[in-house]
Amino acid sequence: MSATIDVEALAAASRRRRMRERVLTHLALILGVVVFAMPIWITLVGSTHDTDTIGRGDVPLLPGSEAWNNYMHAWAQGGGGRNTFAVPASTMLWNSFIMAMLIAVGKIAISLLSAFAVVFFAFPLRMVFFWMIFITLMLPVEVRIIPTFQVMTSLSLIDTMTGLTLPLIASATATLLFRQFFLTIPDEYVEAAKIDGAGPLRFFKDVVLPLSATNIAALFVILFIYGWNQYLWPLLMVTNRDLETIIVGLTKMIGIGDAQNEWNLIMTTAVFALLPPVAVVVLMQRWFIKGLTETEK
Amino acid sequence: MASLDIQGVTKSFGATRVLHGIDLAIHDGEMVVIVGASGCGKSTLLRIVAGLETSTSGAVLIDKVDVTPLEPADRDIAMVFQTYALYPHMTVFDNMAYGLKIRRVPKPEIRRRVQEAADLLSIGQLLDRKPRQLSGGQRQRVAMGRAIVREPKLFLFDEPLSNLDAKLRVQMRAEIRSLQKRLAVTSLFVTHDQVEAMTLGDRLVVMNEGRAAQIGTPMEVWSRPADTYVASFIGSPAMNMLPATLAEGGAAARLADGTVWRFTDGARPGGEGRAVILGIRPEHLMPDAAGLAVTIDLAEPLGSETVVHGRLRDGTALTARLPGGIPQEPLILAPDLAALHVFDAADGKRLDPA
Amino acid sequence: MRKKVIFRGAALPYLLLLPQMAVTLVFFFWPAGMAVWQSAQREDAFGLSTEFVWFENFSDLFHDPIYLNAAWNTVIFSTSVAALALGAALFLAVQADKQIRGSGLYKTLLIWPYAVAPALAAVLWLFIFHPSIGLVGRAFAAIGVDWDYRVNGGQAMAMVIIAAAWKQVSYNFIFFLAGLQSIPASVLEAAAIDGARPMRRFWTVVFPLLSPTAFFLLVVNLVYAFFDTFGVIHALTRGGPGNATETLIYKVYVDGVQNLNFGSSAAQSVVLMIIVIGLTAIQFRYIERRVHY
Repeated sequence: MSATIDVEALAAASRRRRMRERVLTHLALILGVVVFAMPIWITLVGSTHDTDTIGRGDVPLLPGSEAWNNYMHAWAQGGGGRNTFAVPASTMLWNSFIMAMLIAVGKIAISLLSAFAVVFFAFPLRMVFFWMIFITLMLPVEVRIIPTFQVMTSLSLIDTMTGLTLPLIASATATLLFRQFFLTIPDEYVEAAKIDGAGPLRFFKDVVLPLSATNIAALFVILFIYGWNQYLWPLLMVTNRDLETIIVGLTKMIGIGDAQNEWNLIMTTAVFALLPPVAVVVLMQRWFIKGLTETEK
Repeated sequence: MASLDIQGVTKSFGATRVLHGIDLAIHDGEMVVIVGASGCGKSTLLRIVAGLETSTSGAVLIDKVDVTPLEPADRDIAMVFQTYALYPHMTVFDNMAYGLKIRRVPKPEIRRRVQEAADLLSIGQLLDRKPRQLSGGQRQRVAMGRAIVREPKLFLFDEPLSNLDAKLRVQMRAEIRSLQKRLAVTSLFVTHDQVEAMTLGDRLVVMNEGRAAQIGTPMEVWSRPADTYVASFIGSPAMNMLPATLAEGGAAARLADGTVWRFTDGARPGGEGRAVILGIRPEHLMPDAAGLAVTIDLAEPLGSETVVHGRLRDGTALTARLPGGIPQEPLILAPDLAALHVFDAADGKRLDPA
Repeated sequence: MRKKVIFRGAALPYLLLLPQMAVTLVFFFWPAGMAVWQSAQREDAFGLSTEFVWFENFSDLFHDPIYLNAAWNTVIFSTSVAALALGAALFLAVQADKQIRGSGLYKTLLIWPYAVAPALAAVLWLFIFHPSIGLVGRAFAAIGVDWDYRVNGGQAMAMVIIAAAWKQVSYNFIFFLAGLQSIPASVLEAAAIDGARPMRRFWTVVFPLLSPTAFFLLVVNLVYAFFDTFGVIHALTRGGPGNATETLIYKVYVDGVQNLNFGSSAAQSVVLMIIVIGLTAIQFRYIERRVHY
């Protein structure tokens, strides 16, 4: 005699469990989103109040009325704090933008060329070159700050945009990614190109580059953010404030003593610093995820 | 239009020799099919003709000019690849026009040639599409079109039909043949499919382990195979091979069970007792009370005929194509003695009457 | 794996490699070589003469309590950041992987902090935890917690850990989510039919299948915590109070840039290089699969 199954009760329990699970999932995700968004919200709100409101410590949770003034002021004049003279956010944003673009485009360009050489040619020392590029993975700028700085000094590259970007455009990661991708280009394309009469550079321009378009886009997102977010390198390389980038400029606005900090302008500048890379990630989300998961794995 | 001469071409990869000296002369406008099992060196030979691979020794002449040291682009050839190798980011038009653009053919001329080729292949309405929007057969045509617009001296085909389904393959086979005849372009076609080879080629080159086992018209190859390899490779189902010895001073053969078959076309050299192999095509076996008893393992009715797979009393496998439905056992079969092939048992070479 | 078909060209490949090699040689190999060279030298107090001291800089380093303190801080900091960032990311990824309404929106809202620079993340959290202007900072004061990360070393460490981990969660989230989505649904369905409840299903089926991703991320997170978090510490605590949040990377900077002690700074650089090589070698197992030499 088999035990009778109370189908109704089991179904009800299952329904209840599913409902509970769904609610918990949403709650967890909302909590996560809030924890992620809270710092941004506070910053956004702060950027719409005046210094005194924030300085008094009456932490506002809703936007105030000073947004226009703050943003105009930070954009055109910048917030100084006491210990530094002010640099307009517009200048710093421009510097950051140029730096990020040069680094991203430079890395992509030289990596495409070297990956093309390594994959589509056979020549003496090919593997030596490949390994030399690979080894740079193990030499991040942070671990060789001082000697690199000394090299820059002897090349008179301190306080130049060249100095800020050129040392960062060597890229093992990008070279490896492109090499990986080039290896998937069928041999027949190369053969067809040879019969069509296309030489290596023609093949690069007409076939390899167009085929790499999505990889380039994906990598561009990652590298733009990488360039934009540089901190230690510009901190060392730039003493001339006309070349100040926004991330470094922002932290310089916060004095150690901090009583006189113009918090509203600091928060406004933080929003400026945040906007471009976040916009790139959100707008190019698909490419961003592709770029991230394919370069790093 | 041009002739193609392949002279003593060999190819080694390290210590492995994959081509042992191939000689082949193709006349202007002729279509020659190289057929063989995979690994026989047929693709390597084609790629050497194309210039995609360099031969270890020997020469390739197009129109009596030695092109061996030339790059593929300078040989004035066109090639249709097995995978078609259409550039995925270019439209059909651009794919077909690419080789002409590189050769700096004037734009109106390019447009005219592409349009002509497209009309010829009835892909005129597809010119703006990308390869991935095309069916297999359409891609195949574009690959053909890419070769045609170049108006080359020589067409090379590297198993271009093997990625198509069976029905399309038959259709494209016929199209390629009629196109080639119409354009009268000298062509070299590589395939592993013997039916394709028989139907397409003016002449066949049957390759085996880096050697040309036989070169001849399809009918020559079928009716007078040069050795047991060619004999069993060409024809479907494959030719039956029965071990035997010469008898009656070479005028007949004696099978293992003592049956004696007299040759109708004369005595073979070598005399009494020489070990030979008798080849009988399945379609040349008929029911005959004076023949060999066959036990049937499997009968495959094809409608108008039936393919019977069976064994002789000593266990030798035998395949026969018999008219009508499934035959009854006991089945007694005898060969058409006029269609008997005799090969040397030692080296497999054909033995003709002395 | 290697392409069979290649182009001919004697000089062209070298020309194509030239830009990459020039940058690599000048800005990577030359400074790295200098670091090794300088690590065996010592300058006198006035910078007038240098003396070759072999491994003395290294032995001094390993006997220096401040350096050992920085090493210990690095261990605490890195493991905490990795544990926090991996744990939170895994939890969120599992939630976001479920078939619920709005999961696409949740994903977008969870990945954007990847774009935030570490230094900027630090500034954002400063706005929250600042004892006089921060929302949470003042709330702590209101309930009687003596909160001031500028004075209290433990609190300072907690601050930098939170800011550094917060930024890294989205990176881990993206990888965990990709890992979860690559698990075939049939495997989970089989487990469900076997009667495994969700929690059990997670620990016995999902988690083992995710472990290669998790291991890869662990290494990446440690590398991040070691080297990329300079901005967090510099913007938030400058290594203080005292040396409470001074990590190895921060100390290289302080000794080299502020104290101008090149020999010691170079020796520290060499130690860090060895650490990166070690971590890369571990990671190599995973790269190896994708890069065939």
